[in-house]
Amino acid sequence: MIEDMIKSKRVFLFMKGTPEEPQCGFSYHVVQILRNLNVDYGYFDVLTDDEIRQKVKEYANWPTYPQLWVNGELVGGCDIVMQLFEQGKLEEIL
Amino acid sequence: MSNADLVKMKVEAGLAGSHVIMHDPRKDDIHLKAEVWWEGFKGMSLIQQHRAVYDTLKEELKETLHALGIETHDRRYDQE
Repeated sequence: MIEDMIKSKRVFLFMKGTPEEPQCGFSYHVVQILRNLNVDYGYFDVLTDDEIRQKVKEYANWPTYPQLWVNGELVGGCDIVMQLFEQGKLEEIL
Repeated sequence: MSNADLVKMKVEAGLAGSHVIMHDPRKDDIHLKAEVWWEGFKGMSLIQQHRAVYDTLKEELKETLHALGIETHDRRYDQE
C-alpha cells in the first residue's frame, strides 16, 4: 500500500500538511523548492493518518518527515533536498 | 545534560573519530542542528550519511527531539 503510493507518481512527497498549507517548516521548504522547479508530484499528509505515518518511517528506514521519493527511491529529507537544490543536483534527479 | 550535549555525545560515540558541532538557533534545545565531520562518510551517498547519524540517535529521535537538522562533511574537522 505504501509502495503503491510512492509509485503512483514519479515524484512523491510525504509531508506534514498540504502543499497549500504545510504544517511544518521543513515540509514548507521542500514544497517551495518543488514549486520553484515546477515539478509535478503526488503527496500524502502524514498528519491525517498516524498508522501510515509510522509505517512509512519503517518502510523507508528514515525517522522524520518530509520525505521526497523519486522513482520509488528515497532521495532524502529537508536537509538533503535543500543541499541538492543548492548544488544544482536536484533538477537532474527530478 | 542538554539535548545538544546528548546528541553530540551519542553521535561521536557511534561514529568513531567524528567531530560534532551542535547548533541551537532558537535556544530552545529542541530544534537542533548537528554538523558532523567524519572521514567515514567518504563514498557514502547523502542518504547513507544521514542514516548513519540517525542510527546513533534512535531513541532520542523517537522521543525528545522535535527537529534535528543534519549537515555532513566527509572529512576531518579543520580548525582554522
